[in-house]
Amino acid sequence: MAVVTYVEAIRQAIWEELERDPAVFLLGQDVGTYGGAFRVSAGMLERFGPERVRDTPISESAIVGCAIGAALLGMRPIVEMQFIDFIGLAFNMITNFAAKARYRWGAGVSLVIRGPSGGGVHGGPFHSQNVEAWFAHTPGLKIVQPATVRDAKGLLKSAVRDPDPVIYLEHKFLYRRLKEDLGEDEEILTPIGRAASRRAGDDLAILTYGAMVHVALEAAERLSREDGAEAEVIDLRTLSPLDDEAILGAARRTGRILLVHEDTRTGGLAGELAARVCESAFEWLDAPVLRVTAPDTPVPYSPPLEDAFLPSADKVLDAARRLAAY
Amino acid sequence: MDAPPDLLRHTTARLSEKQLLELYRFMLMNRLVEDRLGKLYRQGKIVGGLYSSFGQEATSVGSAYALRPGDKIGPMIRNLGSLLVKGIRPREIFCQYMARAAGPTFGRDVNLHFGDLQRDCVAPISMLGALIPVLAGMALAAKMRGEDHVALTWIGDGGTSTGDFHEGLNLAAAWKLPFILVVENNGYAYSTPTGMQMANSRIVDRAQGYGVRGDRVDGNDVIAVYHATARAVHRARRGEGPTLIEAVTFRMRGHAEHDDAGYVPLELVEYWRARDPIARLRRYLVVNGFASEQQLDAMTEPIRAELEADAEFALSSPFPDAALARGGVVAGDGDPRGAARLAQGSSGWLS
Repeated sequence: MAVVTYVEAIRQAIWEELERDPAVFLLGQDVGTYGGAFRVSAGMLERFGPERVRDTPISESAIVGCAIGAALLGMRPIVEMQFIDFIGLAFNMITNFAAKARYRWGAGVSLVIRGPSGGGVHGGPFHSQNVEAWFAHTPGLKIVQPATVRDAKGLLKSAVRDPDPVIYLEHKFLYRRLKEDLGEDEEILTPIGRAASRRAGDDLAILTYGAMVHVALEAAERLSREDGAEAEVIDLRTLSPLDDEAILGAARRTGRILLVHEDTRTGGLAGELAARVCESAFEWLDAPVLRVTAPDTPVPYSPPLEDAFLPSADKVLDAARRLAAY
Repeated sequence: MDAPPDLLRHTTARLSEKQLLELYRFMLMNRLVEDRLGKLYRQGKIVGGLYSSFGQEATSVGSAYALRPGDKIGPMIRNLGSLLVKGIRPREIFCQYMARAAGPTFGRDVNLHFGDLQRDCVAPISMLGALIPVLAGMALAAKMRGEDHVALTWIGDGGTSTGDFHEGLNLAAAWKLPFILVVENNGYAYSTPTGMQMANSRIVDRAQGYGVRGDRVDGNDVIAVYHATARAVHRARRGEGPTLIEAVTFRMRGHAEHDDAGYVPLELVEYWRARDPIARLRRYLVVNGFASEQQLDAMTEPIRAELEADAEFALSSPFPDAALARGGVVAGDGDPRGAARLAQGSSGWLS
């Protein structure tokens, strides 16, 4: 038995990739001596040394820029953002340098930028954000967000081996709440660009990702128990590029689509998902596409405020009922 | 602006006659390429803007010439001369400026925004300062692999106000990376004079704050620029960390061709015209017996002929097929440039 947490799966993925490929290295604030703010790199400095496990100045733009330069020469850097909120400080490097290099001059930038995202831990406006929409609009970037322990490991290992820049969003609410037996000797690689169905159901489909997968699953169980309606739950896993086959397949199978994300509403990924469903599966739809998202506000700190902000199983269940009854 | 009082004295001890003539040839070529580009611009053949390094040729050529193959450069808009030193051909520059399919980005990006890692060149982005952390990262890669390559990039006086200047130089210093930053203090950031950009326009003073070696040189003296860079390269290869070189020079044209630079006092232009870097090296070569006037004059015609052929090549090259607008955003998405390269009958300029 090898039961591990979500955060331990992340640690294992980095460890294994450092062991596998000497070009892989880790850089970020306090990743070395301290082992990372969430202990993701605990023990790595001792095992791999200060060249490959690098404590950096508090300079997100230079950290990412430096990683880009190293990647251009064939290194495989993994950048840790101590909290993903700080990725905004490296926005130019990511969207203008890394994302456009291949298109402009044929230079692939194999780079992983990862960090704790999401709310539910009362981190306040600057330690709780979901940043996927900031980057999903930029061609040339891949974005993944694991919802399970297995994918936490498998998506990160795939990201490290990907020839393009990958933003890996780990949900800090899941860090120590999720546990799974990953077996012993199996190499876990989750393909980038492929969604996964987490629950079967014919009456409607909930498309979601990250921590909201678990909220959607809870809502789907209650819908089944209390109303006898069955919701399929699709875990997108990769947010860019989107898995159109899985998204449109769910729309065609069920005719009713509920989109759920923890990110705020306007300009969030649900809008793009709805557009794709309406453009390409309109004739299969029996109801309007609905969204459950956070409202258009910053993430508040106090528990009752944050609870009001975050999509809950109650809110998802309510929307699912309306959709099923339409 | 007075000539800086503390310029490094230069010596030609380590430059042979052949090298001195090569420096002259690269600077001359730099100027003639830009002359030809100016003509193309006035003929409406250049799709976007045209940026000139007229008067600053020494800072690009002198610093790039101190490097060897494998050392990486991140050239900016006025560092055309460094590309020539690294082996980029004028026809690539012409095709790129004219947005032709035969250009190094197949028409996807503008002016000097192209790169070729086989020839050590990184494509810049328009956002100033970004090359500093990126080239520091290339220096890091060399260091991690135990190679003795260095990485060098340039920034203008205006660009030193960016966050990336600070973050990149500080990180390179903290990690003692084999990295060289040449600050071309050319008096103006577009229309903003250096004195309005910063309180202390002796940019070299910042080196001490970052804990790196700082040198201030006459940026119109190619030999001084070369030696300052060569020293910095030597230190970098020995593991002694980055150097900031402030090269004091002047932008003799507007920010770009559309800008008549009416905000620049004429006496300032005249002051610097008398210190033209090509004329200065020419005088030096003749006075010290390295070459005769006739020998130097004779260098112009073959370059002009080559540039004429290259301009003709670019002018007769087609614009890119619309299919080239898509693909190559990420790996495996059907990059049409592979096919385009075959159609050109060329192995391609990109790595």
